[in-house]
Amino acid sequence: MVNLSIDVIEEREKNFIVKLSGEIDVYTAPKLKKEILPLTEEAGNKVNIDLEHTHYLDSTGLGVFISAFKSTKNNQSEMKLINVHDRVLRLFKVTGLHEIMDLSAEEIDGGEVNNGRF
Amino acid sequence: MHKIKADGQAYKKLLQQYLESNNKSYLDEAKQMSISFVSRNIYPEEIVRIHMKAIDSLYGEVFNEYRQSLEFLLESLIAYRVAHEEYEKLKLEQFELRSEIQVAANMQKTLLATEIPKIEGLDIGAISVPLHQMNGDYYHFITAEDGALGVAIADVIGKGVPAALSMSMIKYAMDSFYEEAMTPSGILRNLNRVVERNVASNMFITMFYGQYFPNSSVFRFASAGHEPGFLFRAKDKSFIEFDAKGLVLGVLKHTHYTQYEIKIETGDMIVLLTDGVTECRRGDRFINREEVIEVIEKYAHLPAQKHVERVYMHFNQLDDFQLKDDFTLIIMKKTV
Repeated sequence: MVNLSIDVIEEREKNFIVKLSGEIDVYTAPKLKKEILPLTEEAGNKVNIDLEHTHYLDSTGLGVFISAFKSTKNNQSEMKLINVHDRVLRLFKVTGLHEIMDLSAEEIDGGEVNNGRF
Repeated sequence: MHKIKADGQAYKKLLQQYLESNNKSYLDEAKQMSISFVSRNIYPEEIVRIHMKAIDSLYGEVFNEYRQSLEFLLESLIAYRVAHEEYEKLKLEQFELRSEIQVAANMQKTLLATEIPKIEGLDIGAISVPLHQMNGDYYHFITAEDGALGVAIADVIGKGVPAALSMSMIKYAMDSFYEEAMTPSGILRNLNRVVERNVASNMFITMFYGQYFPNSSVFRFASAGHEPGFLFRAKDKSFIEFDAKGLVLGVLKHTHYTQYEIKIETGDMIVLLTDGVTECRRGDRFINREEVIEVIEKYAHLPAQKHVERVYMHFNQLDDFQLKDDFTLIIMKKTV
């Protein structure tokens, strides 16, 4: 089983970067939920989730991000997913979530850096 | 306590008779005695204690290595018994849980049962295989009074029992809609509100809803974030994706679902699936959508029901195949 490691860094007051490394699936999703949900529950918090080292996300993982997204709306906080890889991005596109969530990808392949939003 | 004393005396007597005569028949009597110990819940370590006492009273208390080894055995047996009891308890609990889930699974099957309708000129096949006991996928066929065929395919995100149970909610919500509201976009809009109000925040449902009108051969559809299906065009022998946009059910209160329309020609084939089909793994890698298409094409000569079963069997027979999610596949072929 592949594990998920979660590093929460408070860059400035109320500005968080959550670095994820590993797979987000039915086994690791509860752990992720426990880490990020409290961050979104505090008004004014800005939470950046760095998915550079996440190459697999299943629908349970998507559920965690939906919970967190709903929580930002209810608690006046913000969440942004950064460095989202293609495979993971596809899931957000198929489910229509990329239209309502703040997502950005950085293409590292081929040396080309693209920090655009979708 | 009194009983144990009596047991101790009986044991001692038997042991003494055996040791003095070396007659095997006393072993049979010892067996009978053990059976009686079991029936009265006397644990193995008690028997060792009785044995130690018997030896002490027969030969006098001695403190040698042999005596120490019996104490060692006694402690080991106590630990063994405690662990064994725990294990048996867990086994029983697991068995009870499994049976309960099985009851729920059977109930779900009954609640969500759907029959593949007979539509003139359309050959329909469907298969749905749960990963565990309960299925978080769902498909349903409805024939309207005007002869239009409705087909729903859905996937609850979040696994196991709670996910599967919310499918029943979807089904009963759909049953309650008026037929006038039964357009793909109308159904999804209404279901979205039901799911948004009633389902836990980390659970959501993806659904594709299609309607086929046999008189005009028009297929109307809308998608709520569901894994895109395919349309096989017989005329140019190629697959195109149902590129329908729409948000998964249950995320935002008010969501609009765009409805699309396409004309189906003779020989065309509509393929609807859930992500269990595209998310299965072979060893370390995922099976991609192109491979799924290849396999679907390979068995396309079969009648629709045989076709979907053969596609599932194809994947299931691969040695390193690993189903990661519930697997649902629907194929509808226009025959005339």
